[in-house]
Parts: sequence; structure tokens; C-alpha cells
Amino acid sequence: MQLKAFTGETLLAYKLLVNDRTKFAALLLGITFAVFLIVMMMSMFAGVLQRSSSTVINVGAKVWVMDPAVNTPANSIPMPDFVLDAVRSMSGVRYAVPLYSGVGQVKLKDGSFQAASILGLDDSSLFGRPKLLKGSIEDIYAENGFIVVRDADYVKLQNPAMGAEFEINNNRAVIVGIAKVTISGLFGIPTLYTTYNRAIQYLPQTQFTTSYVLVEPKSPADVPHIKQEVTRLGYLALTEQEFIDNTSRFYEFHTGLGMNILIMTMVSFIVGLSISGQTFYTFIIENLERFGALKAIGAKGNELVAMILFQSTFTALTGYGLGIGLCTGLIALAKARLPDYAAIVTFPSLGIALVMVIIIVAISSYIGVRRVLRIEPFDIFRG
Amino acid sequence: MTLDGIAQQSVAHAGLPVGAKDAIVARGIDKYFGEGEARTQALKNVSFEARFGEMLYIVGPSGSGKTTLLSVISGILRPNAGTVQVKGEQIWNMSADDIAGFRLHTIGFVFQDYHLFPRLTTAENVAIPLILQKRSWSEALSEAKRYLKVVGLEDRAHLPPRKLSGGEQQRVAIARAIVSQPDVLIFDEPTASLDGDTGKAIVHFVRHEVLTDKRCIVIVTHDARIYEYAHRILRMEDGQLKGVEDGDSIVGD
Repeated sequence: MQLKAFTGETLLAYKLLVNDRTKFAALLLGITFAVFLIVMMMSMFAGVLQRSSSTVINVGAKVWVMDPAVNTPANSIPMPDFVLDAVRSMSGVRYAVPLYSGVGQVKLKDGSFQAASILGLDDSSLFGRPKLLKGSIEDIYAENGFIVVRDADYVKLQNPAMGAEFEINNNRAVIVGIAKVTISGLFGIPTLYTTYNRAIQYLPQTQFTTSYVLVEPKSPADVPHIKQEVTRLGYLALTEQEFIDNTSRFYEFHTGLGMNILIMTMVSFIVGLSISGQTFYTFIIENLERFGALKAIGAKGNELVAMILFQSTFTALTGYGLGIGLCTGLIALAKARLPDYAAIVTFPSLGIALVMVIIIVAISSYIGVRRVLRIEPFDIFRG
Repeated sequence: MTLDGIAQQSVAHAGLPVGAKDAIVARGIDKYFGEGEARTQALKNVSFEARFGEMLYIVGPSGSGKTTLLSVISGILRPNAGTVQVKGEQIWNMSADDIAGFRLHTIGFVFQDYHLFPRLTTAENVAIPLILQKRSWSEALSEAKRYLKVVGLEDRAHLPPRKLSGGEQQRVAIARAIVSQPDVLIFDEPTASLDGDTGKAIVHFVRHEVLTDKRCIVIVTHDARIYEYAHRILRMEDGQLKGVEDGDSIVGD
């Protein structure tokens, strides 16, 4: 019986709302547009953040040892060899291997140059190797052997096939495998894998060569001890997630990118609030006398409030769904056309957009509810 | 003779059913608006009763307090002094929510401008009191269509009010007022937006089809052309009840 009663008043509120097609469309447009902008902004940012940690995710080491001044995986600071030896000798370390991470200029067949990210894997273990689509991982030991990643930037190396040759710093390089990785890099350059020793032979050297030491702890419980020991050495050990988080924080708070996204998100919120708030307010004002008539007939204040809240919630959720749909649709379309497109829709961005929509609805409803509660049925008689 | 006495005497001559009981009893109603120097008294010690089976008019010039009195006796505007008893219940002893509930089940309203929802169909407009009474949507709509038939608009059930003439909209408003079978009906200037013939037809319909022995109808009006349908007429002036006459006599005058 209660459910039936609720349905009657809810249906009444629903019809009052959607039958006013122009205003309902304007309300939906406002919220959809706001949600679309909010989610789009945050999705692009999330995509950038995810790609900024692509090396960390693709290599997949549990603990990364690095110079404390490192901000992102791309700007590694080489460490002396003793760090690797010291880490290997720490209790709780199952094994530790070096990783070289750098950028080289690749000279292509037509004589043009293309920058490429080069990762040198530990010669004995090849820890962090990518999944091969073509070729065998052992071939990386072959003379001048390199594995190329087939991602959105693969084309920039002129789509090299197995056996393709090019030069890196006047050294001959041969493609011995084609691989795929989980996430492409942020900077739009192709990725090559080779052995650690070949990488440090091919690329210009600083005094030290080890970019990172990748650590496999014996158990997760050993990680705090390893971090402590590495700190005593004067270096920094981070878990994979900590390294990703540090990288994200750097882009969020030290590059201006985060502030720009925040400003755009707030602008979207204000635009959505303005359009929806104004339209909902007009909707309430135009129906104010009729709400007064409902009061005179015998509707209680809380029933009218429930009707208004239903109307605003229904509009908000519909607009939210449309906004998310529009955003994901456009991102999917963009990714189909532009393989380098970095945006990803994340649960936090969906949550933040929902919270902002709820705030928009709460403010719009509050204004409407106040007006409706203040109208006196006597005013209806007085005209 | 006091005004109360006049009212009682007029009841005896108004052609009301023998032994008709009081539907509304108002006693010593005072109502003020504003504060301090701006304070004005809209109703001054107004007392009257309206009976079941009676069509009672409240007439008088603009600003005489008719609408204020209508609002006080229908539980919409709280008086500063006095009591109002509707169907035996002292309405101003109730809480705001209880009064709203009482209005919903006991009093039907026909507003001057009808106040129909333009985005709902005619049937949905009529169904509103039943929906507020927590009846299911389909049940309320079915009942609304039945009452649209009573007012002769069954073929207009699916149309929005804007597609109806003024007289038809008035009949929709009447159907909405009676759909919940209230004991008291309140009409605010029912002919103000209608031409003379349509207005008279509407009031004729109300007198002969809507008024029953178990229902009381109170009408506020300026329109002397419809006085003939009243059992009694309360004449207001400056917030006071100046006289109570029966409808036929005032038409004769």
C-alpha cells in the first residue's frame, strides 16, 4: 500500500517534470554538459597520469630502488654499481637486478632520426621483459638484438618488421622481436628493449649506469625492512604503487597540469550549476501557484519536498548517465581513431562527477524547496 | 436581534432540508494582517454557520474580507481569535499537517483561476486529490474519468487543460474538487473568468448536480447574476458580517 502511494505521487512529480519538455531538455542539457566536461577533464588527466607510470607498470617490479631526487620514471638518475650489490646483500631480498632506462636517437633507413625510449633488461634474468608477439626472447642476446614494442608509436619507426635494421648512436641495431605492453608511454616515442649491457654500450654514458634496481622481496613483510636499509644507503626504495603515486603527485602538484584540470573541472561545475540551477528555479517559479494549489487541496509540505527532490534527483541521474555515456562514447571513438589518445574513465572521476552533480541538485532543490515551502495557500485565493 | 439571530432566522426561510445539520460553524472570527501601525483588521467578530445541503454565498465589495473568511473557514489561514468547526471538528486546534489532511479528505476547492496543471491531462488533473490521498495512480485515474463523465467531459480526459474552453476548465476544476467526495466545497469567484451564460450554466450545474443533502457549498462571488442559486447570502463589508439574506429575496431586491 505504501509503495503504491509512493508511486502515485512520484508519477505525478515525474509527469510534471518530463511533460515540460523544453525545461526538462534544458535541465538535462545543463547536467549532461557539466558531467561530460568534468569527466572528460579528469579522464584525460587520469590517462596522462597512467601513461606517466607506464614503465613502472610494464616492468612490474615489486620494489624499485632509485635516487631520492627521482620525480618520475622518465627522469631517472643513474646510481653507482655498489647500490645493486648492497641491495642484493640485504636480508629479505630474493633477488635484485639493474634496469637501464634512457632515450636514444634512432636513425631510420631514410636518414631521419626518431627518439626512442630504450630499456636495458638485466642480462641474466631479463626481468621486466615484455610479452612477445613475434620472435623469441632469447634472440635478444643475438648480435645487435632489440625488441620493439608495437603500440601507437610503433609507426614512428616506420613499422619495423622482424630483421629490420637501423642505427642507434652509430651502432647497428636489428629487430629480433615484436612485443606488446600493457600501457604506452606518455611522451609519444617508440619503446625498444634490449639487454642492460647492450644498452649501456649503445647509449652515451654518465659516470654511473644503473637507472633503477628492481627488487623481488622474499615476502611482502620484508618490504619495510628493505626500504629502511635502502634509506640508510642514501637511496630510496618504493613499492610499485608508491612509485606510481609519487609520479601522479608530481604531475598533479608540480607541473601546473593538476591545477589546470582543477580549474576546468570547477568551471564545468559552475556552468552546470548555473544552467541547471536557473532552469530548475524557473520550473519551480512557473509552477509555484500550482504547488500552492496542491497545498490548499491538502498536500503536506514534506510531500511537496519529496516531489521536488524526486524531480531533481531524476534529472540529475538521467543527466549524469547521459554525460557519462557521451564522455565514454567520445573517448572510445577518439581511441579508435587516435591510438595515442590517453584518456581513461576511472571510478574516482565517476565518483567526483557524481558528487558534483549531487551538489548541483542539492543547491537547485534547496532554492526550489524554499520557494515552495514559503508559498501560502492563502496567496492562491488572493491571486 | 444579533447577527447570529439573523442568520438562524434566515436559515429557517432558505428552503434548506428540514433538520439540516451544521457543516461549518464559525464563531467570533477576528483576523489581522501586518504589524504595528500597518496592522489592519480584515475580519471583525464574524460568526455564521453553513449547513449540509446548503449553497451559501459570501458577497461584498473588494477588500470586505470575503477571501480572508473563506481561507479561515477552510483551514488555510489561522484566525487571531474565534473558532471554526467543520463537520464537528475544531480545525484550528489541529496541527498544520492534520489540517492539511483534514482539507484533503473533507474540503474541495475550486479556485478562481482554476490552477490546473498545464502539463498534465485533464484526467490527471482531476486525479490529483486522490493521488495525494495515497490512492494508486491507475485507481485515481479511473475515478477521475468517472467524475469527468459527471461534469460532461469524459471525451476530454486525455487533453491538456489549455485545449479546453474556460467553461470546460471550470468543470474540470469542479471535477477535481468533488472527486474525493468532500463534505464541503469552497468556490472562489467561480464565474469571474466566464461569460454570463457559461457562468450561470456552471452554477446551475453545481446547484443541481453537485450539491447534495450531505454536502455544503460555500461560494465567494461578486456576480449578482448567480445569486438566484444561493440558499443564503452573507453580505460582508469592512471585515464584518452586515447581513444574511436568502437568495430568492436578494434577487427580488
